[in-house]
Amino acid sequence: MSWPAADPCQGLEGDLYARVFAEGARDDTLILNMGPQHPSTHGVLRVLLEMDGEYVLRAEPVLGYIHRMHEHMAQNRAYVQFFPNMGRVDYLHALAWNWAWAGAVERLAGLEVPRRAEYIRVICTELNRINSHLLWWGAYLLDLGAVTPIMYAFEDRELVMDMLQLITGSRLTYSSFRFGGVLTDIDIEFVSRCRSFLARMPERLEMYRDLVTGNAILRGRLEGVGVIDQMTARRYGATGPVLRGSGVPYDVRRAEPYGLYHEFDYAVPVRHEGDCMARYMVRMDELEASLSIVAQALDGLPEGHHIHPDAPRGKWRPPAGEVYFAVEGARGKIGVYVASDGTEIPYRVKLRSPSFSNLSLFAEIGQGTLLSDAVAILGSLDLVIPEIDR
Amino acid sequence: MAILTAPIQALAAVWSMVVGLRVTVTNFFRPQETIHYPRQEVPPSHLDSFRGHIELVGADEDPAKARCIGCGLCAELCPSFCLKVVAEELPVDSAVCYPSQAGTDLLMPTPKFRAAPPSQTQPRKLLSYHLVYHTCSLCGLCVQNCPAGSLRFSHDVYLAGASRGRFEFDLMERLRGQAARGGAKGGKAHA
Ligand code: SF4
Ligand code: SF4
Repeated sequence: MSWPAADPCQGLEGDLYARVFAEGARDDTLILNMGPQHPSTHGVLRVLLEMDGEYVLRAEPVLGYIHRMHEHMAQNRAYVQFFPNMGRVDYLHALAWNWAWAGAVERLAGLEVPRRAEYIRVICTELNRINSHLLWWGAYLLDLGAVTPIMYAFEDRELVMDMLQLITGSRLTYSSFRFGGVLTDIDIEFVSRCRSFLARMPERLEMYRDLVTGNAILRGRLEGVGVIDQMTARRYGATGPVLRGSGVPYDVRRAEPYGLYHEFDYAVPVRHEGDCMARYMVRMDELEASLSIVAQALDGLPEGHHIHPDAPRGKWRPPAGEVYFAVEGARGKIGVYVASDGTEIPYRVKLRSPSFSNLSLFAEIGQGTLLSDAVAILGSLDLVIPEIDR
Repeated sequence: MAILTAPIQALAAVWSMVVGLRVTVTNFFRPQETIHYPRQEVPPSHLDSFRGHIELVGADEDPAKARCIGCGLCAELCPSFCLKVVAEELPVDSAVCYPSQAGTDLLMPTPKFRAAPPSQTQPRKLLSYHLVYHTCSLCGLCVQNCPAGSLRFSHDVYLAGASRGRFEFDLMERLRGQAARGGAKGGKAHA
């Protein structure tokens, strides 16, 4: 028996992406893997960098660690069975995804949602947004080297999670919306906890400001770094705080109203600088906006059903048709497209996730920055990896 | 004026850090917010709404016997295929009393629109009920849709184990154990 003369793997040593990326790179540059090990990439994302000293010449995000299983699973399950997946696409703002799925199917089948259920949806989703922004705040500052803020953020997050646990039963990957309403009603204990949280937060936000927002080091690292101009943001389809930090006041809650958002009074936070600081400030302002929405919703909470008495149950068949529904998640526009052929199982589902478009920006704005700025820019995009990879 | 800008900026920068340090120092003397497990545990009142793995609810007249009517709806709806219900079909004329939904003290209020049992005419007897918890996504579809109000979430927050078998439950046996300890009737679930 003889072995093949040439090793079939010859010339294929090393990593495929790095090899492809290295093609055409200058000789005097270094190819650097940022992540999956780097803490600022939170585990799964990997960015290939071509470095000239401390400067980034090229950046290329590498996706594909989790694969697009969610859409495929939707095409294998009854409509209601897809709900638990939504909490896993963006585990930090799970309720927005819950809403996107519920809303899309409700629009497809023309289902009605009682007013009380709409209010409960607004309250939970906004609390969840606060939670998401708080975690982003802590984790971002951790990326930048400040260790304590995340502890403070978690103290407040804990309160929100306790509240959401009261209605949804879980603390992170919520799956509590149903077609035609929500799974559980809110009770007096929830309302009183919520009110004390609302009373507590202004002081805490003040503390956040004292602790870091005004800090000279933070400002030095964020101001003027990673500037995304309006056209670039639009070109990449960026949404959410990334787009609003570049001066475009686009918010799905206002632009394409869904639920009962048109009944609440709040200003869409916008900043015009387009740098990391602008995105930071937009999120801080959004915390306040969300608190105000929750307060208004609690004040105006109507009586009634938390789910429509005739809501569909079990494996039910919506009519055939196509529908698109978008909601404003903590990271931007979440879109769900459903094509139904009138059977129990969706014919086609497509999810539009904000982190994907926001990350795509990085290849362009990361160019020419310092490595430490690259960390600041990536963090300011507030990426949630399963959403990119879904 | 320009000559003054730099020192003023430097002072402002130093001041911003003093303000930040003040926050840190004040917090240093505040009581701890965290719970030091296992020396401390989460108070049970915090677990009222906690969704642990599902468990069977005992019948009013016999807590060791599940309210379940063996319809199989939960297993059919489960997106993760983690339930296995085995029931035996009884002759149609044998007297079967469907458990009433009233008085079901579930963690979730019993929705009025709850599905009717898939077969009202076919009486069944539950033979076994198995849960493979490691694939459960805790979505609550089974609990929400059970026509007999026979499922609820347990509050077992400290569930841990070194082998997969630890997360595979024979829920009927578990119910019998709970009933023997006198803890499974109606109301609150106990881990
Ligand atoms: S849905 Fe309820 S009654 Fe039907 S098999 Fe499951 S536990 Fe038993
Ligand atoms: S909670 Fe959901 S995943 Fe878990 S057993 Fe019930 S239906 Fe299945």
